[in-house]
Amino acid sequence: MTGALWELFFKGVWITVQLMVYSAVLAAVVAFGIGVARTSRLWIVRFLSGVYVEFFRGTSALVLMFWLFFALPLLGWQLAGLWAGTLALGLSYGAYGSEVVRGSLQAVAPAQREAAIALSFTPWQRLRKVILPQAVPEMMPPFNNLLIELLKGTALASLLSIGELTFQAKLARLSTGQSAQVYGIILVLYFVIAFVVTRIMRLLERRAKASIGRAPEKSGWFSRRLPVGGPGPQVTTAPGGKP
Amino acid sequence: MNTWSWEYVGDILPDLLSGLWVTVQATLLGSLVAFALGLVWALLLRSPSRWVTWPVSAFVEFVRNTPLLVQLFFLFFVLPGWGLTFDPLTTGVIGLGLHYSTYTAEVYRAGIDGVPEGQWEAATALSLPRRRTWTSVILPQAFRRVVPALGNYVIAMFKDTPMLAAITVAELLFQANSISATTFDYMEPITVVGVLFVVISYPTSLLLRVLERRLVR
Repeated sequence: MTGALWELFFKGVWITVQLMVYSAVLAAVVAFGIGVARTSRLWIVRFLSGVYVEFFRGTSALVLMFWLFFALPLLGWQLAGLWAGTLALGLSYGAYGSEVVRGSLQAVAPAQREAAIALSFTPWQRLRKVILPQAVPEMMPPFNNLLIELLKGTALASLLSIGELTFQAKLARLSTGQSAQVYGIILVLYFVIAFVVTRIMRLLERRAKASIGRAPEKSGWFSRRLPVGGPGPQVTTAPGGKP
Repeated sequence: MNTWSWEYVGDILPDLLSGLWVTVQATLLGSLVAFALGLVWALLLRSPSRWVTWPVSAFVEFVRNTPLLVQLFFLFFVLPGWGLTFDPLTTGVIGLGLHYSTYTAEVYRAGIDGVPEGQWEAATALSLPRRRTWTSVILPQAFRRVVPALGNYVIAMFKDTPMLAAITVAELLFQANSISATTFDYMEPITVVGVLFVVISYPTSLLLRVLERRLVR
């Protein structure tokens, strides 16, 4: 492995991180928007947001990415690869995230909601001052999982020839022919990014839980706590709860 | 500006359906590998020896936290170098199965943990050998709890099969791509592929919810 190759890899890491951050921001916006909409009083809002979730969770992120990149130009819009990737990842992981948001909102003790009503808070105040501060710390561990899934999803963007880590690996393999080393190094680099992300999320979780006077759950030095329902359509409702 | 052509959709449908068949095969075979290996990891992780649990859990965490696509490339390009030559579908099945086995291990763990403590004690009281305790008492009860969650991973795997296109498995997305490469018209093939995914995975997830209500408690 020469210096030039390492430079190639670190350029790839940088684009991967960018792609992850952009899509995570979009996914967070979608997750909160759709998640709150799914607890709406109006059935039409609940229904439409439900359709969104089922559609984006039902189809494959890679197919969506291809559709945005190859089919959308035929409708007159050409997206740059990075934005097609961001949009596809943000929209589909946002759909998974919205289930986390919905589950956590519903897991807040009903008495809290009633108390807020008794204090004659407006619905917006209720959400902002009572429900969300208690729901957000519950969301952190499943959001950590989703963020890692999102990080792994960024590898898909290599098929749109965005110069992220997996794509750079392809170039490095073509120029050196050393498949085992190249892909081995890339896997370790992804693992390192995942490790850093998990640590940051643990820190945020500890802070968020401390702010409402709770201790974070115990967990291994690295291991993620996986929801037993799986990354597919979640059957369990309350995240962090007993399956 | 492109206009949607149903005629074109009709022309490409046979090719797409043959791709769908490969997708289904990859999903089912991958699931079998994932179910079997996941149980192996789950049992190994309960070993009392740290020399067993530490390497297994390190491996599981590594596989779980790195992208399936890169793992597929790794297997696809590296296995032949080790003298193991497989066709792309087999490589894909190994990759999918290995990746998802690290998830199903967690499902089995939860299922086994969910078996009440008293069942273990009862097995000890009957002085059942260790092996019999697992095969006749613990696992049959764990499996009931595990089925819906495993089903969810089958759906997740189904949605990850388009990645196999990157290692030249002739599944749905691969077919769509090769059609588009000759007609220069991406709209219909890729849209049909996306719709096929929703059409299959959504009813399956509804079915699993029913199954879950039946099996659990």
